[in-house]
Amino acid sequence: MSAPVWNNKVVKWVDDRLPIISMLHHSAYEYPTPKNLSYMWNFGSLAGFVLVTMILSGIFLVMNYTPHTSMAFESVERIMRDVNYGWLIRYIHMNGASMFFIAVFIHIFRGLYYGSYKAPREMLWWIGILILLAMMATAFMGYVLPWGQMSFWGATVITNLFSAFPVIGDPLVTWLWGGFSVDNPTLNRFFSLHYLMPFVILGLVVLHVWALHSVRSNNPTGVEIKTPQDSIPFHPYYTIKDLFGLGVFLIFFSAFVFFAPDFLGHPDNYIPANPLVTPPHIVPEWYFLPFYAILRSIDFTIFGIPAKLLGVLAMFASIVILFVIPWLDTSKVRSSKFRPVYKWFFWLFVIDTFVLGYCGAKAPDDYFMGIEGLKVIVMGQLSTLYYFVHFLVVMPLVGKLERPKPLPASISESVLKEGANA
Amino acid sequence: MSQTVQSSGDHNPDENRRDFLTLATTAVGVVGTGMALWPFVDSMNPSKDVLALASVEVNLSNIPVGQAIKVMWRGKPVFIRHRTEREINEAEEVALNELVDPQADDARVEKKEWLIVVGVCTHLGCIPMGTATGEARGDYDGWYCPCHGSHYDTSGRIRRGPAPKNLEVPTYTFLTDTSVRIG
Repeated sequence: MSAPVWNNKVVKWVDDRLPIISMLHHSAYEYPTPKNLSYMWNFGSLAGFVLVTMILSGIFLVMNYTPHTSMAFESVERIMRDVNYGWLIRYIHMNGASMFFIAVFIHIFRGLYYGSYKAPREMLWWIGILILLAMMATAFMGYVLPWGQMSFWGATVITNLFSAFPVIGDPLVTWLWGGFSVDNPTLNRFFSLHYLMPFVILGLVVLHVWALHSVRSNNPTGVEIKTPQDSIPFHPYYTIKDLFGLGVFLIFFSAFVFFAPDFLGHPDNYIPANPLVTPPHIVPEWYFLPFYAILRSIDFTIFGIPAKLLGVLAMFASIVILFVIPWLDTSKVRSSKFRPVYKWFFWLFVIDTFVLGYCGAKAPDDYFMGIEGLKVIVMGQLSTLYYFVHFLVVMPLVGKLERPKPLPASISESVLKEGANA
Repeated sequence: MSQTVQSSGDHNPDENRRDFLTLATTAVGVVGTGMALWPFVDSMNPSKDVLALASVEVNLSNIPVGQAIKVMWRGKPVFIRHRTEREINEAEEVALNELVDPQADDARVEKKEWLIVVGVCTHLGCIPMGTATGEARGDYDGWYCPCHGSHYDTSGRIRRGPAPKNLEVPTYTFLTDTSVRIG
């Protein structure tokens, strides 16, 4: 890769002193990208777009928001009613959180299906998981800020999770609260950290892209770029494809913002927080439901470890386990396209996460999909079991036992073959 | 560093002194950084004004037998129940080995007719129902937590459900027969 020669004198002057233009040219223009990327490869840039949208809309919300228990709820209502376009900015921010998780979840499932976590992309994968964790913390703290009933009780239930740890649990929770319950000090620190975290995420995204550009993008065949014929420059081919995808995504996003802005939220959060009354049914936002289901499904004791601590550990483990899947997956083949057995388990896993999400949304004693005799708690336990079995048993075993289909010799060959078949 | 004499490694007095200085400097640096961080960590602990709101006085004279009230103490509700004869008996007659978190009723009350407990479920911090008349009181006539289904008895002890411990008993003193200071 030769350094580009700049004809413009100003550009050259700057670039000779700080090669930022060369760097951008290198990573957003000539970056050699596999020529067979499908639309599944659009979600990374979409997530990046939503991150920027969240930061910008958030900065404008802060101009009118008051982080105090006696004024937070009203300041949000004032944004909705009195601030010019306040309703729009808030609805963009509120639904943007959901859009961020939609884009990132699809991005993660894409990585799981095409084996994007396998060598040499482990660091890339790890940074991605760190981004997910940072997003979850940010979304949780942001949801507390409007100081509605769900804000308050969600914060209470989630911070109480930490009391499950022996010895340090109670002092830790008091420290998190800055008092003896979720109150004004808690709201203030959540506001401070909610403002900080997006910039931490931004930093992680820079590392994520850096790692990506040093190991290169995976692709639907899972076969690495071998010759220049296998790749095309990022610009204009993928800039235009990403922009087209962005257009479609914005239609979807706007449909929520303008036509169903509260569809993904919970109506109870339009009731001001009341520390004396617990809502009858506390549910987290939809993107936390599968994890909430895992937390709740542990209602038994093992080896004297209380159910509450086990539930918390299982919930954290459900994400931490993603760090080790580059080693749990024993298959040499990356893409599930060429893995006739694992492919089915992958889709079973996808269904499993949806089942978990459903269980997380329902009361434990309800019947699963109205099926008489099948309680939500039992279904939650079964799907929690499969969640871990998938990573700990299916991934290592299928990788060893399965006979993968023959891989194409190169990306180019697979593209030409598919073209001939079409 | 690059001039380290290989053969006389440990015996070189100069090198020993340098190692010691490096270690000592590092140690002082680490401890110093820790000490500099502590004020920031501790600033997140409850502040003096929060701690100052630590007690509350309650007049009990207008709580009839069989009813209960909620009062705020340290930002959380405290349940005060004027127990009936039957509720006291129920609480006292339970065998301790039937309990999840074994504790005798007389260890949890100062005066038998007054049960005073922190109204926060020991599972994940919801407020159990059963204080106001007409609310569900669970299968053991005490409180029922709607969040994850914990049942508490007439002594505020956990009997069934995911909560690991009994409802906490705050420190309190009876000032007179009909007034109590919590905290």
